[in-house]
Amino acid sequence: MKKFASLLIAACALLASTVLAHAEAEKSAKGISYSFEGPFGKFDKAQLQRGYKVYKEVCSACHSMKYVAFRNLADAGGPGFTAEQVKALAATFKIPDLDSKGAPMERDGLPSDYFPSPFPNEAAAAATYGAAPPDLSLITKAREGWHGTFNQLWNGIGGPQYVYSLLTGFEDVPADLVEEQKANGKYYNPYFMNGIWIAMPPPLSDGAVTFDDGAPNKVDDMARDVSAFLAWTAEPKMEERKQTGFEVMIYLIILAGLLYAVKKKIWADIH
Amino acid sequence: MSGPSKYQPTSAIGKWFHERLPIVAFAKDHAMDFPTPKNLNYWWTFGGILAVMLVVQIITGVVLVMHYTPHVDLAFASVEHIMRDVNYGWLMRYLHMNGASMFFIAVYIHMFRGMYYGSYKAPREVLWMIGVIIYLIMMATAFMGYVLPWGQMSFWGAKVITNLFSAIPFVGDYVTTWLWGGYSVDNPTLNRFFSLHYLLPFVLAGIVFLHIWALHVPGNNNPTGISVKGPQDTVPFHPYYTMKDGFAIVVFFIFYGLFVFYGPNYLGDAVNYVPANPLSTPAHIKPEWYYLPFYAILRSIPDKLFGVLAMFSSILILLFLPWLDTSRVRSGKYRPIFKLEFWVFAAVCVALGFIGSRPPDPTYVMWGQILTVYYFGHFIILLPLMGLLETPKPLPSSISDDVLAKSAMAK
Repeated sequence: MKKFASLLIAACALLASTVLAHAEAEKSAKGISYSFEGPFGKFDKAQLQRGYKVYKEVCSACHSMKYVAFRNLADAGGPGFTAEQVKALAATFKIPDLDSKGAPMERDGLPSDYFPSPFPNEAAAAATYGAAPPDLSLITKAREGWHGTFNQLWNGIGGPQYVYSLLTGFEDVPADLVEEQKANGKYYNPYFMNGIWIAMPPPLSDGAVTFDDGAPNKVDDMARDVSAFLAWTAEPKMEERKQTGFEVMIYLIILAGLLYAVKKKIWADIH
Repeated sequence: MSGPSKYQPTSAIGKWFHERLPIVAFAKDHAMDFPTPKNLNYWWTFGGILAVMLVVQIITGVVLVMHYTPHVDLAFASVEHIMRDVNYGWLMRYLHMNGASMFFIAVYIHMFRGMYYGSYKAPREVLWMIGVIIYLIMMATAFMGYVLPWGQMSFWGAKVITNLFSAIPFVGDYVTTWLWGGYSVDNPTLNRFFSLHYLLPFVLAGIVFLHIWALHVPGNNNPTGISVKGPQDTVPFHPYYTMKDGFAIVVFFIFYGLFVFYGPNYLGDAVNYVPANPLSTPAHIKPEWYYLPFYAILRSIPDKLFGVLAMFSSILILLFLPWLDTSRVRSGKYRPIFKLEFWVFAAVCVALGFIGSRPPDPTYVMWGQILTVYYFGHFIILLPLMGLLETPKPLPSSISDDVLAKSAMAK
């Protein structure tokens, strides 16, 4: 009984104290599921490739993704582009550089380049939009779709779901808020973490991106694909991590069993 | 360790060396032959777990430093470089950041075990006090480590905590400027925190050595709290406790691994994946989970200076624990009232942690105040009184008798 109580307290101390303060979002993210959830979940390569296309054709107009390099798109556990494909798609981006005389110029992207930012710096982005659109490299680790100690323990923080919900969550302005909306010129989105008004206009519309594999391209589909892609950009080593974890766990469990048997044998004559 | 060493060098070179530096004898006496009570339960394995965790943190930390850049413009990106480009960098970083939480889980269990079984009482007062100092240095080290990735919570946590020193009368502002190395948390702050975060673990290792030294003078306490009366009460540390601790350490690693591999960011704060921005304050600034009870105490006091004093007192009061507890019986097992109150106190600490995680709404603040009063009341009023008023249960005559009685009962 005492041991149980102590365990319980230790567990509560651990869990209760990680309860996160309620965010400002009006609604919790929609609980959609992804292929990469759970201890054996993996990214869906085709989905990441579609998500990349959505990022490139829509998001990248305003959002940077500066911690991701083109070469990463060919890394194991990622979208699975070939080295040749990466070379070709990197070349579709223009990278600011200096020419041999030191004058500013633009050249085609190389696999070793990082994704170029749409603005020269944050101030320029802020000047255009009022506030700089956040960098998307880590967005699914930096945003919580829902709260609650146990909820987050089992379901994660809901980062990809937050992105999905935000993209699909633009709603008609409630009648009593129409005047407010006219005054601030923003868009109504109850999934936004900083209240209900978001400066970003609805970025997706049905059919906006045509997928090479002919996959459906409604807003809902594109939002799923791009949020999965952003889950990968935030945690590119996820598959390696889970695979290593599985091996480490098997090793540790066997080792624990052996140590327990040895301990029991050694102690047998003491009790 | 009393009595002459059992170590006898067998080879000529061993003898030659032993006469000049008896380190092998020292290791054999203290790591192998050391007489240890034979009734230690699994709560006693957390000392060994903590020693191993310190080593894990130092090794992963040294590797991380090879790839980290302590500069406000580069720190965040260098952590992402570790996560994305360094071979097994993600593993080193997740081991290190979750290792800090595991270190605190283990230290809290270790401390509550000491409190329950009265391990701080004579003749182990110095051992306990060194432990409190280790805990304080751990807290400082972990705090400075949390600043290094230079995320939003790194920056604002550093700002809030260093600002506490501005509450010191007359010289507070000078002290904070001196701590920051400027007029706000900036590059000099990050650099000195990095330097100290690398230094303090080695200081800790030294103090841990003193802690073990102070343990090996009186020897371990044990669940009965009664002293060792002779060789029939003890077993040599090796192989009995090397194997038992070894098993416990591996089980602890499984628990640790579940977080590292399957929920590496669960114990952290999502906001810290946003780079530090001095112009944008996060909605709720809160420290890592292991500081939350003290953060709740800080916020319970409306006055800044007294809040800071209360927070530091809540830790420093532990130094006086050996003299606040008036009971002559060590183990809580034989103290019916204390035993009950101990669990209330433990629950109060957990509840304070919960309050510390909440936004400072009036209801939470009020509960924080009530619990803060109880926290201090436990040490200043209840512990001295319980020792005087309570009638302890009869103690077994020796550790050996207790063990024999238990195994007889089990059969």
